[in-house]
Amino acid sequence: MSLTAVLDYDSGNLHSAQKAFERMSREVGGGDVIVTSDPDVVARADRIVLPGDGAFPACKRALDAVPGLADAMREAVEVKGRPFLGICVGMQMLATRGHEYELTDGFGWIEGEITRIEPADDALKVPHMGWNDLVIDAPHPVLDGIATGDHAYFVHGWAMRVAKPEELLAHVDYAGNITAIVGRDNIVGTQFHPEKSQATGLRLIANFLTWAP
Amino acid sequence: MLKSRIIPCLDVADGRVVKGVNFVDLVDAGDPVDAARAYDAAGADELCFLDIHATHENRGTMFDLVTRTAETVFMPFTVGGGVRTHEDVRALLLAGADKVSFNSAAVANPDVLTEAALRFGSQCIVCAIDAKTVEPGRWEIFTHGGRRPTGVDAVEFAITAAAKGAGEILLTSMDRDGTKAGFNIPLTRAIADAVDIPVIASGGVGTLDHLVEGVTEGGASAVLAASIFHFGTYTIAEAKAHMAAAGIPMRLT
Repeated sequence: MSLTAVLDYDSGNLHSAQKAFERMSREVGGGDVIVTSDPDVVARADRIVLPGDGAFPACKRALDAVPGLADAMREAVEVKGRPFLGICVGMQMLATRGHEYELTDGFGWIEGEITRIEPADDALKVPHMGWNDLVIDAPHPVLDGIATGDHAYFVHGWAMRVAKPEELLAHVDYAGNITAIVGRDNIVGTQFHPEKSQATGLRLIANFLTWAP
Repeated sequence: MLKSRIIPCLDVADGRVVKGVNFVDLVDAGDPVDAARAYDAAGADELCFLDIHATHENRGTMFDLVTRTAETVFMPFTVGGGVRTHEDVRALLLAGADKVSFNSAAVANPDVLTEAALRFGSQCIVCAIDAKTVEPGRWEIFTHGGRRPTGVDAVEFAITAAAKGAGEILLTSMDRDGTKAGFNIPLTRAIADAVDIPVIASGGVGTLDHLVEGVTEGGASAVLAASIFHFGTYTIAEAKAHMAAAGIPMRLT
């Protein structure tokens, strides 16, 4: 039986992520979904999901504060090549570093920086909050059935500037481009919340649960 | 392009949906989770639950409702009513809320917004402002369901709330709430122009043109309504089509 570990490090809303993954796992035969902070569970998981809500430094510190969790995650992703999905700040932490409040190192899995959203149009509000339509930049198995023009739900004041264009899978327009999805090898991350993005988000979750990179 | 949002609001008391007319006459309009499911299917952009009788004793029913909603619908929703501390925020986020709204507690002590924003991020901290016109072009905040004047200027407080870490303002005109006469546009515009964070316009929607005005004239990022949707006067799809026809970017589903 396949096992998906949703990492619990006391950051925000895990309940709805768990329920969305459980529901789609039932539909696609994706196996068990466990919310866990136990490094041993992460070590035997077939897939890793890293949610994250809040400020970048607080999330990173909270993740590092759980004994063994970040190491188990790194081992699973870097050595074993397990499929990994980061969501919102869980996606931002893939970057080289974050600039929110203070400079904080990310995992360095996707080369890039997390910087404040500064729309070219002063009338636009920050946080970037609501439904925006995706522009797909590169095909990817987790985007199967998802097309340019499909909407996803965003709620964030900071965003990733990706250094390598080939690692940008999708963006949205907000008087300038905002990174929506990044990925390379066995790693993907979404700035938006798939667990809150109705049919589009559920589709992405189902794709992730059956993805074999 | 970011779309304007339509947010049906479910006023909840004792685990049931009600709709207050000027916050007094309550009509039972059903089970909140069923209503959430219906609005999810109808293509609402977000939901808002307000616990209008929030007391310590009935917090359990609200957590149960939030938990069941998050299990059922995979769309964003905000919960407000009786939120006083960042611990209240944490409990509601863990139950499945995406955003949590402060009201009276933030007026009494705006620093509570900072405490919550530092811990959970501004993006999930909403500050609800209930304002009444006290003279033309001046609006004052009223708390406790609109019964208690505070002497606090609504526009100045909105600026404070944003500076303290709120990520969104839910602005309700107490003059208009329940009247179906349309949003208080000067109030909405004054606050939307004063802050860089999104403003949700609330209070007074009776027609689809009112929704349009909230965005085009009021400068709101989202429009909130209750009875026109709860009682089937208009569907979400009709509202979106009408707003899109008026040139507002909408997510049509």
